[in-house]
Amino acid sequence: MKRLLAAHMERCIGCHSCSLACARQVHRLLSWEHAGIRIASSGGLSTGFEATVCLACDPPPCAAVCPTGSLSARRGGGVIQNKSLCIGCGRCVAACPVEAISQDRVGNVFVCIHCGQCVPYCPHDCLELAEVTP
Amino acid sequence: MSAVTVLEIRLDTGKARLRRLPELRQHLGGSGLAAALFGQYALPSEPWDHPAQPVIFTIGPLTGFFPLMSKTVCAFVSPRHGGYAESHAGGRSALALRFAGLDALVLVGQSPRPCIVQVGAHDVAVEEAGYLWGMDALACAKRIRRRTAGSGHRSIWRIGLAGERCSPMACINVDTYRHFGRLGCGAALGAKRVKAIAVVGEEPLPLPEGKTYSALFKDIFRQLTDTEMMHKYHNLGTPENLEPLDALKALPWRNLQATSNPAAISQVSGQRFADDALLRNAACAGCPVGCIHVGFVREKFIPQDNRYLYRQVSYDYEPIFALGTMLHLRTPADILTLLDDVEKAGLDAMSAGVALAWATEALERGVISETDTGLRLAFGDLAPYRDGVHRLAAADTDFWRTLSRGADAAAHAYGGADFACVLGQEMAGYATGETFFVAQALGLRHSHLDTGAYSYDQSNPPQDTAAAVRFLLDDEAERVLLTSMVACLFARKVYTQERIAQCLEALGQNELAADLPATARRLQAMRWVQRLAFGFDPLAVTIPRRFTEVTTWRGPIDARYLEALRQDYAQAILRCAAEVHP
Repeated sequence: MKRLLAAHMERCIGCHSCSLACARQVHRLLSWEHAGIRIASSGGLSTGFEATVCLACDPPPCAAVCPTGSLSARRGGGVIQNKSLCIGCGRCVAACPVEAISQDRVGNVFVCIHCGQCVPYCPHDCLELAEVTP
Repeated sequence: MSAVTVLEIRLDTGKARLRRLPELRQHLGGSGLAAALFGQYALPSEPWDHPAQPVIFTIGPLTGFFPLMSKTVCAFVSPRHGGYAESHAGGRSALALRFAGLDALVLVGQSPRPCIVQVGAHDVAVEEAGYLWGMDALACAKRIRRRTAGSGHRSIWRIGLAGERCSPMACINVDTYRHFGRLGCGAALGAKRVKAIAVVGEEPLPLPEGKTYSALFKDIFRQLTDTEMMHKYHNLGTPENLEPLDALKALPWRNLQATSNPAAISQVSGQRFADDALLRNAACAGCPVGCIHVGFVREKFIPQDNRYLYRQVSYDYEPIFALGTMLHLRTPADILTLLDDVEKAGLDAMSAGVALAWATEALERGVISETDTGLRLAFGDLAPYRDGVHRLAAADTDFWRTLSRGADAAAHAYGGADFACVLGQEMAGYATGETFFVAQALGLRHSHLDTGAYSYDQSNPPQDTAAAVRFLLDDEAERVLLTSMVACLFARKVYTQERIAQCLEALGQNELAADLPATARRLQAMRWVQRLAFGFDPLAVTIPRRFTEVTTWRGPIDARYLEALRQDYAQAILRCAAEVHP
């Protein structure tokens, strides 16, 4: 199984290319917010940047609270998302211990699915798609 | 054609009006849209600080949709010259506006009290902010970050003391390391008693169906990151130019008394900054290049003990020229220390450095005295320059108040006009020759970015005013198209007119994509109409004697050619504007 790791965030320059790539490639949106990975400075640009992204919990607490099965546990950690089953209840957002799940104003949920589409768009190799053994 | 979304905020009442204006889309965005809105709002018969004068921020049709489409245009009435002015900045400003759902933000009126303007896709507020008034630009940003949600997805613009005092050298600091720098836009906010603007962008936009857009994005992204084209910008950054320009005898030193300093250049070169001071790179949102170079300087604040404080300061070619070589400061530590003071004061680094350089030479020559300055300014001496920066921002005596209006204003009052290095505003760092001097003196923004005149000089062209004027007009038109998108000009080799047309078509903006060369010419002329509307007379522009005393790698400046080019370019500007307004 592949897993996205924000392994070298000390290299991050804050360009948001990863978030924009996720929104564009996975969700067909232009956004730096509605994406599976989001970048924030930790108190101004002088303090560097942090990635908010799924840590691939196993078992995932977000899937455990999902009442419709829209999020289900993925082998090796993290979740598989079936958007058509989502009712926008937001329980997953509250359950995530690292605030990695976001929700838009109409209830759509955005969570990293560890597809790695953001990785080639990081100019400083902050991200990697690592092989993990379930 | 899609409508332009404009949020107009009246600062006197705190009320906002959302305007959707399809007729303005023909002006694209950025520079073109700003000039069009300026034409609607600005009052040519009133002074720059009249409450009704607008401060306008615009982005473009490609903002956020493609890499390096990452800048915002600020248009205002300049306290420097009383007419149409633009200043451009990056950071997160452009994407924050995009995700706030706006093409333009327009501030009019004057707040009765110091205020902070907060804008989001679902929020507008003008809030009292007296507690921020008097605060330096960096401390102000920290305060605002604590009270504003949206970390990472917000952009904070604010002024320092210089802006509050309405100095024509006041900038607007953007996020941590970027600026709307020149022509006094900070004063335009200060006059409205706006200490800060916080834009929070969180709303997504739909993307076109099909694969064309994603494929085009990928292609452009690769071009920007996989090729050598952008290497200089993220490697040493713009300071890479210091050594080559010094070798060409084109780098101003000591108030342009010299154009080269072989003994000292290696101490302030891009490589020296990288070796001694570079901490890391940063980027504007939507730009994978990462040209922002953040330097590090530490200061021992208890001399007999190992107690240090440290500063992180962004550096570039222009601040190193203005606060380094012009003042003969010759270490990264000294230059970064002074630059940090300039950041906090909310001054434009170029104007501040060049004005201090004039004051230093004026003091040396006895044109002014220490009674005037209160400081013993001397080339190469950091300490009085640090005080000078504060005095320039505070404008608290007749001398410093006058100097804050420009080196030319001070020279007019005290003498020393021959060596005031002013070309519309304090010079940028290129003593490359006649074309650049004329281009900055007459250019619409009086900026080194109006045209590539410094490159034109370096191509060793023959003395041909017709060819030079043709270059200036053609290059300006190309750049106006880019700044109407709004692209970072570092990407100008990637975003050819053909490429821009492809981008617009990929977003379904086929009407805008049609005949971009003609659109560029129209917008170029429209901006000049706005510049002339407030009384700018290009024929009346003068170029101080110092610029005719310069010797470059091509030999001494030819004063007669300089004058001929000045006159021909001035006439060409008038003809350009007349194309839309006979």
